[in-house]
Amino acid sequence: MAEYQFDTEGVKKTFTFMNRKAPYGTVYALEVLETVLISAAFEQHANIVFADDGVYQLKSGHDTTEINMKNFSPTFGIIEMEKEDADEDDDIDMVWRIIVEKESMEARGLTEDDFKVEVEVLSAAELAELIDSSDCVISG
Amino acid sequence: MKFGILINEGPFTHQASDTAYHFTKAALAAGHDVPRVFFYYDGVNNANKFSAPQADDRNLIKLWGALAAEKNVDLVVCVAAGLRRGITDGTLADGFRISGLGQLVEAGMGCDRLMMFGD
Repeated sequence: MAEYQFDTEGVKKTFTFMNRKAPYGTVYALEVLETVLISAAFEQHANIVFADDGVYQLKSGHDTTEINMKNFSPTFGIIEMEKEDADEDDDIDMVWRIIVEKESMEARGLTEDDFKVEVEVLSAAELAELIDSSDCVISG
Repeated sequence: MKFGILINEGPFTHQASDTAYHFTKAALAAGHDVPRVFFYYDGVNNANKFSAPQADDRNLIKLWGALAAEKNVDLVVCVAAGLRRGITDGTLADGFRISGLGQLVEAGMGCDRLMMFGD
């Protein structure tokens, strides 16, 4: 039970969070977002990626009343705010990117206009490079 | 090399925690360090001391606890994910401790590789 002490002083890594699941049906989408938000406290770079059915997480107008599930899509507003703070505040050395995989988006008949936050659209090949260049990949 | 381990599935429905356990043992045997294993999503169920598998099946909860004691591996269960699933101090198996998600981010920052097991 010994708590390990990591020396993380001055460590700056790039975390890629892969959101690949539909927003409801499983809990992965909700719980991975909690990790994204915690990483902000450590001022780590983050690529928040939406691919496969994960692209539905960003769609505007979620209404979960009839399925009696917590609607967590307001969380994306918080993520967008964190990203804007990081972009605008020179004292915060943190780059956050919100990325949608082009092929997944198009296969589901979606466009950038369907999303509730502003996104970067990357092809699968570009995304592969991004993942390759990341230090940590956490998926949900 | 220093490995951090993230386990996203419980001990029975998926084999992910078994695979992570075997990976951790193999990495330690090869001389690598595995300072922390973090249990998230249904992975928190790996820390339920009331789990009672049949006698002819492996008991992964006890296996993790024994490995932690022997090799000094820090087994951390996410507090928020645990609370939702009834994993609290009263249900926590030996060898595990409960803490926040920051411990996962720290493992990612402090290890050479963060290995994720599960969906």
